[in-house]
Amino acid sequence: MNAIQILFWFLSALALVSALMVLFSKNPVHSVLWLIAVFFAISGHYILLNAQFLAIVNVIVYAGAIMVLFLFVIMLMNLNKETEPQKNVWMKLAGAISGGCLLMILVSLVRQAPEINGKTVLLKSGNIGLIGNLGKVLFHDYVVPFEISSVLFLSAMVGAVVIGKKD
Amino acid sequence: MPIQYYIILSLSLFCIGIVGVLTRRNAIIVFMCVELMLNAVNLLLVAFSKVHYAAAYLVNKATTTGSEAQIFVFFIMVVAAAEVSVGLAIIVMMYRNVHSVDVNFLNRLKN
Repeated sequence: MNAIQILFWFLSALALVSALMVLFSKNPVHSVLWLIAVFFAISGHYILLNAQFLAIVNVIVYAGAIMVLFLFVIMLMNLNKETEPQKNVWMKLAGAISGGCLLMILVSLVRQAPEINGKTVLLKSGNIGLIGNLGKVLFHDYVVPFEISSVLFLSAMVGAVVIGKKD
Repeated sequence: MPIQYYIILSLSLFCIGIVGVLTRRNAIIVFMCVELMLNAVNLLLVAFSKVHYAAAYLVNKATTTGSEAQIFVFFIMVVAAAEVSVGLAIIVMMYRNVHSVDVNFLNRLKN
C-alpha cells in the first residue's frame, strides 16, 4: 500500500465520518463545521485526481462562501442551541431504512455491472484538470453557458434581495 | 485506483445526504444535506472524467477528453451557489413569518 492509497483511504474515511457527524450533531453550528470538513476531504480527493482547478474552486466557493453564508444565517436567527424538535423515532427509522435500501441496491448494481470492470482512475497525473486547459475549453467551447450563468447569478441576486426584503 | 471505490464512496455520501433530508426537521440541516448530495455527484463526475482520460491517453498523448466533465462540475458549483443564496433567503423569510425553521410547520397548503 503506497502513499497514494493511504491518502485515498484516509480522505474517504474523513469524508464519510464527517458526513455522518453532520447527521448526528444536535447543534446546527457543529453540523456546518463538519460539513466544511467534508468539503475539505472532497477537495483533497480532487487534488489526488489532479483536478487542481476544481479543488481550489471547491475550497473557495463551498467551504469559503456557501458555508459562511450558512453560518451567518444560523447566527442571525440565533439557532445555535440544541432545541431542535425531533421527528418521532419511527419516521427516523423509516428514513434510515429507505436510505440504506437505496445504498444497498446501488452498490449491488455497481458490483454486477460489467462495463466498469477493470476501469481505473488515473491518479496524480494527467493535465486536463489544470487551470490552463480548463480555461481554454471553458472560453472556447462553453462561452455561451458561461455568459448565461452570469444572467443566472443576476437573477439569483435579485431574487434573494426581493425575497429577503422586509414586507 | 479502481473506479468502483470512487462510485461506492460517492454513493455512500449521497445516501447519507438522503437520510439527512428524510430524518431531520431543521430546514437548514436539510439544505446542507442537499449540498452534500451535490458534492457526492461532483466527486463521481471528476472520477469518471479521469477514467475516460486514462483510456484516451493511451491512443493520443495530447487528448483533452474528460475536460467536459470538469467544466460540468464547475457549472454545478455555479448553480449551487445561486441556489444557496435564494434558498437561504427563503429560509430567512420563513423564520420571520413563523419564528421557526421546522419543516413540519410548512404544511399549511395541506388543507
